[in-house]
Amino acid sequence: MPHSLFRKAGPMNRTKGDEEEYWNSSKFKAFTFDDEDDELSQLKESKRAVNSLRDFVDDDDDDDLERVSWTGEPVGSISWSIKETAGTSGSTPEGREQLKGRNSFYTQLPKPTSTYSLSSFFKGRTRLGSFQSLSDALSDTPAKSYAPELGRPKGEYRDYSNDWSPSDTVRRLRRGKVCSLERFRSLQDKLQLLEEAVSMHDGNVITAVLIFLKRTLSKEILFRELEVRQVALRHLIHFLKEIGDQKLLLDLFRFLDRTEELAVNDRHLESAGQTEVFRKHPRKAPILNMPLVTTLFYACFYHYTESEGTFSSPINLKKTFKIPDKQYVLTALAARAKLRAWNDVDALFTTKNWLGYTKKRAPIGFHRVVEILHKNSAPVQILQDYVNLVEDVDTKLNLATKLKCHDVVIDTCRDLKDRQQLLAYRSKVDKGSVEEEKIDAILSSSQIRWKN
Amino acid sequence: MAFPHRLDAPELPDFSLLKRLARDQLIYLLEQLPGKKDLFIEADLMSPLDRIANVSILKQHEVDKLYKVENKPALSANEQLCFLVRPRVKTMRYIANLVNADKLAGRIRKYKVILTPQKFYACEMVLEEEGVCGDVSCDEWAFSLLPLDVDLLSMELPEFFRDYFLEGDQRWINTVAQALHLLSTLYGPFPNCYGIGRCAKMSYDLWKKLEEEEDSETKGRRPEIGHIFLLDRDMDFVTALCSQVVYEGLVDDTFRIKCGSVDFGPEVTSSDKSLKVLLNAEDKVFNEIRNEHFSNVFGFLSQKARNLQAQYDRRRGMDIKQMKNFVSQELKGLKQEHRLLSLHIGACESIMKKKTKQDFQELIKTEHALLEGFSIRESTNYIEEHIDRQVSPIESLRLMCLLSITENGEPKDPSQECQIEKYAQELKNRLFAGISLLSPFDLSSSYGPEHLLTFSNLRRAGLLTEQAPGDTLTAVESKVSKLVTDKAAGKITDAFSSLAKRSNFRAISKKLNLIPRVDGEYDLKVPRDMAYVFSGAYVPLSCRIIEQVLERRSWQGLDEVVRLLNCSEFAFIDMAKEDKASSESLRLILVVFLGGCTFSEISALRFLGREKGYRFIFLTTAITNSARLMEAMSEVKA
Repeated sequence: MPHSLFRKAGPMNRTKGDEEEYWNSSKFKAFTFDDEDDELSQLKESKRAVNSLRDFVDDDDDDDLERVSWTGEPVGSISWSIKETAGTSGSTPEGREQLKGRNSFYTQLPKPTSTYSLSSFFKGRTRLGSFQSLSDALSDTPAKSYAPELGRPKGEYRDYSNDWSPSDTVRRLRRGKVCSLERFRSLQDKLQLLEEAVSMHDGNVITAVLIFLKRTLSKEILFRELEVRQVALRHLIHFLKEIGDQKLLLDLFRFLDRTEELAVNDRHLESAGQTEVFRKHPRKAPILNMPLVTTLFYACFYHYTESEGTFSSPINLKKTFKIPDKQYVLTALAARAKLRAWNDVDALFTTKNWLGYTKKRAPIGFHRVVEILHKNSAPVQILQDYVNLVEDVDTKLNLATKLKCHDVVIDTCRDLKDRQQLLAYRSKVDKGSVEEEKIDAILSSSQIRWKN
Repeated sequence: MAFPHRLDAPELPDFSLLKRLARDQLIYLLEQLPGKKDLFIEADLMSPLDRIANVSILKQHEVDKLYKVENKPALSANEQLCFLVRPRVKTMRYIANLVNADKLAGRIRKYKVILTPQKFYACEMVLEEEGVCGDVSCDEWAFSLLPLDVDLLSMELPEFFRDYFLEGDQRWINTVAQALHLLSTLYGPFPNCYGIGRCAKMSYDLWKKLEEEEDSETKGRRPEIGHIFLLDRDMDFVTALCSQVVYEGLVDDTFRIKCGSVDFGPEVTSSDKSLKVLLNAEDKVFNEIRNEHFSNVFGFLSQKARNLQAQYDRRRGMDIKQMKNFVSQELKGLKQEHRLLSLHIGACESIMKKKTKQDFQELIKTEHALLEGFSIRESTNYIEEHIDRQVSPIESLRLMCLLSITENGEPKDPSQECQIEKYAQELKNRLFAGISLLSPFDLSSSYGPEHLLTFSNLRRAGLLTEQAPGDTLTAVESKVSKLVTDKAAGKITDAFSSLAKRSNFRAISKKLNLIPRVDGEYDLKVPRDMAYVFSGAYVPLSCRIIEQVLERRSWQGLDEVVRLLNCSEFAFIDMAKEDKASSESLRLILVVFLGGCTFSEISALRFLGREKGYRFIFLTTAITNSARLMEAMSEVKA
């Protein structure tokens, strides 16, 4: 909106005289944003005004200790006012006045605020101070503009057709101008542009070039080139973290073989709810101030499949903290069972010997395994596999009976040739069930030599 | 008591100009959206904004309602919305969502986003991606220098520290360069420039580049400030990690000074209200005690209270006319002084109470031992206990960093080397060798896995130091680095290993004489050197470097120190050939702290200034202290 200063917009809080002066002042020529004169529009007036500012005596920004509201914020302060909007949304000015009245700290009326607006600011040419003369003397040289540069869409797009060299392009980017990078098509051009940006040290520009490279290069090439350009690499990592592109970040860390950052990233995945495990089982509490076992449990729950090198991986925790085998297995079992990850549970107890035969082994004893699985309501099919692994027969029978692992009970009785116990068990199973049939079949078998 | 400025002290430039400049730029930008509008302000911009403008100024420029930028739908019914925000991706998303929600609802409004102190391409990219680029106009408000006090300018960018020193993102370097450029345009060129640190060098180069390109108008101007000194925070982490004991630093550590003001709770105000108090040179009572060692403050305040009483008492025996004079002329001042006195007395009491509870004496003793490098065993035991008691994770981390940096680089008996695998050996070592031994169980069992990630950050930023290969490790370091590096250690691809530096604190300390030799008691009432800000135990490294370079007007003779700081490439000096600077301006020194400075450092340099007849001006990316440093590294979000 180049001409907005000339647009009279709504009633403003100015005195009539002020307003006249404001709109009629010839000095506002300096503010003409001539679209054709993009680079050269200089705000000489503002510079002059700034340099003469010292001549104003205006101390309205003295915060006074006594003007503090009941919430402790200085009355009339912006923080205070925002609290007002938040608390009594749409409260009337009268209401606010009452508030002030009640406030015991409010012993003084606020000083009349300065009538000093932008217009009066740019009129500051009445007295010729030492600065004045200086800036006058310099007024022919290109002056720095003190007014903030505004977004000017028209001017921005004009640059697109131009061929800028890498250094010109980077200079324009540094000045916050939108600048087309499309002409940098060859890898060499792209890298030259990146190097130019890095050599200027301006992180914002480095990131701007990286955004372009990310869009126009395959990630393999991008990663490969950045690996040897550490400054740019760190900018890309930070940028990806900021925009939350976890996928590319993970790819990048994998490429760089950075296991620890993978683990950090995991936390962000969690907070973003991007991983299923975190979505289904949100963490109830931060694992702060918890004993090691809790930490291990957490790791087994959320980081079980991570490679050993990652420090959040349970195996790594086990190694680092020399967690005894028993404790590790107990914790991992509980965590995986809670997630109903039966394959993991299975793997936890499977050991291979040197000939490649697999064997089931549990340092805590399988009766404890069964107990834990049952507590985590494992299905009977799973339970009975582990009940079967319990070595002591009496314990096995008791457990199987208690947990209604019918097959295990029946088979065990058969193996023990204990006809009486089997008969007794027949009364416990449902009439006409598969189990009853099985028992009947065994009882009538002629091949078993019953011991009773 | 209460150091007066020397009579010959040079006068400070008038920095209130910066406030006015920022305010007028803001007004100018607001006027670009004519008509009534609601203004959404980012939470951490509220206090800085309060320091340069107020509600009625905003109202004058047709701001209707003010809202805080929060992650919830906007209640505003206004046709025009203006956002005053930091350039952050998160905030851009919030704005884009808001605009898109309006669009979905068929609602047409005008939106303006004012980014301060500058725009970032990443932010504009987000707006483009979210499809709101044409709906929203983006402007830049170059408000990067807030005068918090007559001699203190803050960029109010606490994120500078993490962004640069942890993430390696150089986004704020241009902001710094622009700020320096502005200063040289307003206050004349700086004839003598010095700096140390990678960021300092880059900022300096970019700044000079800017001046070249802009065909600087500072030429021919007489310099108002004779020297500028740029210093990276990572040149000296030790000072920032220490507990502060000068009054202003202690108030900051205890109550957190935010943007030059502090919230004193009911325990200080001795009423049921909290009070927001500006702490600067305007507060006459504060101004006299801010740089004092805490042990002097009580005495000073009670003396002051007695004087005040005497002045009040004078009214007895006055005749009517005298009384009238007294009431009209003196009473207000006395009342004001009375109120300030009672506030600071309240603050002191509250500090005393808190510190007594924390066993502050023991803590300070440990810190001093670490700084001086004696009785390391006692210190590590203390730290270990600190962790075990779970007093505060942030405090424990701070002490560990202090231990790690101060101990790093000391040759140790190889038999003291310990490995996680040999835990039993460690226990033995603990008993016999007296080196630090924090059981790995202490770390994780007390503070959980998030702190492992925090450790990783601390290492990357150089707050926990890396061992050079072949060095023997202190136990803390071996453990910590084991925890955080795992197998990644030694990989060349690790971007950060190249940046992780050894701290050579002990050697530097010897070279620069940071631990004053004291015969008898160090008189804190009559300090003789900058060490008084740490009870006479330690001269802040950062301040000592500045002192030495200013004395020599060069880095000559400091080569060894520069090498020990790993900064051989980044120590620079640039002196103007023709010297147009007045002798007065040559006694003014602008010190730029990249990554934050502490109140202790400010006090120490103010002291140095008084001794030498200089005056220091401070420009910092933000005020910092040990807790802020640790929090910036933390992955444990409160």
